[in-house]
Amino acid sequence: MFDNLFIIIGRHVISFLYFVGGLANLTIKTIQLSFSPPYRKDRIFEQAKKTGLGSLPLVSLIALFIGFIFALQTAYFMQRIGSELYIASLVALSIVRELGPVITALVVAGRVGAAITAELGSMQVTEQVDALETFATNPVKYLVVPRFLALSLMLPILTLYADAIGIFGSYLICVFRLGISSSMYLRVTFESLWYKDIFTGLFKTIFFGMIIAIISCYEGFNVKGGAEGVGRATTRSVVFSFIMIIVADCIFTALFYFIFP
Amino acid sequence: MIEISGLEKNLSGNMVLRGVSLKIEKGSTCVIIGRSGCGKSVLLKHIVGILKPDKGRILIDGKDITLLNERDLDVLRLKIGLVFQGGALFDSMNVGENVGFGLIEHDRIPQVEISNRVEESLSMVGLSGISNLMPADLSGGMKKRVALARALCIKPEIILYDEPTTGLDPISADSINELIKNLHDRINITSIVVTHDMRSAYKISDKIAMLYQGKIIAEGAPEEIQVTKDLVVHQFINGLAHGPITEKLRLL
Ligand SMILES: Nc1ncnc2c1ncn2[C@@H]1O[C@H](COP(=O)(O)OP(=O)(O)OP(=O)(O)O)[C@@H](O)[C@H]1O
Ligand SMILES: [Mg+2]
Repeated sequence: MFDNLFIIIGRHVISFLYFVGGLANLTIKTIQLSFSPPYRKDRIFEQAKKTGLGSLPLVSLIALFIGFIFALQTAYFMQRIGSELYIASLVALSIVRELGPVITALVVAGRVGAAITAELGSMQVTEQVDALETFATNPVKYLVVPRFLALSLMLPILTLYADAIGIFGSYLICVFRLGISSSMYLRVTFESLWYKDIFTGLFKTIFFGMIIAIISCYEGFNVKGGAEGVGRATTRSVVFSFIMIIVADCIFTALFYFIFP
Repeated sequence: MIEISGLEKNLSGNMVLRGVSLKIEKGSTCVIIGRSGCGKSVLLKHIVGILKPDKGRILIDGKDITLLNERDLDVLRLKIGLVFQGGALFDSMNVGENVGFGLIEHDRIPQVEISNRVEESLSMVGLSGISNLMPADLSGGMKKRVALARALCIKPEIILYDEPTTGLDPISADSINELIKNLHDRINITSIVVTHDMRSAYKISDKIAMLYQGKIIAEGAPEEIQVTKDLVVHQFINGLAHGPITEKLRLL
């Protein structure tokens, strides 16, 4: 009975190490190939359009509602202690430092990452990836590099946009429901936001973009077993991206907290 | 010349190839026959270096492709066209972009010339004027012929056909056979054709080789194969339900 347990645990550990090794390998290859010619700007641009512009409506919607919700939730406590004015700074800081980056990354992982895994996965099962190789085209260079660059470029931009929309949502609540004056709200917001806050918020999203691209491409390339396999890989891709984004966020937050207090 | 010796491959615990040795002269057409699932497609994928052998060597014009680095392998790959069994057309691109893929990616030639070459390749397989369709809009047989056109478009020295006529109507199938024969007669292309259609096999081949249980168990000119004494080959080429192949299965 315990023998079995060990075997099961051992198998999981091995497959986990295999997975991590595969991700590391793909990351290194992707970075190497990103810096080797030929540079295909058109393909990067195409992916950037797909991931960036395509995600705008969803990101807008979610950021706006997060702004509403966050303003109302903080208002509940701030009104109790009579300091409604600080809603603006609390909302601005939380959104710019934490909520904007993470929510945007999760939305993109769910929307774009899943699509990448499904696309690459069905290319894998229909031998299109092999076909690329027969035409002397490296699948990592052709498929992964543009997605990797596009995602790590677009995620900071999307995040900046989400930050603005989120703050705007909270502004609407504060100004039209809680009776804080518009100029006051904006002044408090901009006073409490330092460059450092914006920078740390945006910096980590570059890595979130890389995480999404690498995990979703890796899962796509490793699909086994037809349509069902594509479905399973897509789920895994989203789940692992979520986990890795949260873990990376925790690491970055700790780093920034202790290194640049 | 393609020279395969002692090729072994284990795919997820399944010994698919157990020492395949086969020699194909430059400019000749070799047909590979064998039961479904015996590893014919796997063998072709080794020749273009998509799969790496566990053991054995593959020499193409004297160069061992298992020892080539990525760059040299790429140079070699552009001389080889593989027509995948399922077509493997890129479904994000239209037919024209699919057929011209090799040229668009690697050669700095003007757009006009690329579309001429694409149109030429498509007309060779009898499908002119469909450049703007998407692969999803094609029938199975059309996909197969577009895949063939895609392989032809890079003007390879070696073409590997994985069941090029399966799923085609008899007339299209015969015109593909004619095409294979023409390429052989006129421009001296080396071809390896995997097929289940024995009639085509006799018609187009210089040599027929049979893959069975991971090895080449018989090879020879079509006339020799037709009159073989080997009971396994005899059962296979005549398509008999009873014989040593099925007998062994029952014993296992
Ligand atoms: N990627 C793979 N992973 C694991 N096993 C594989 C893989 N590809 C092929 N096989 C196995 O290898 C064997 C040979 O497959 P292959 O596709 O070469 O058959 P085939 O001779 O081309 O058959 P058919 O005539 O039906 O196309 C099969 O048993 C298959 O299950
Ligand atoms: Mg096959």
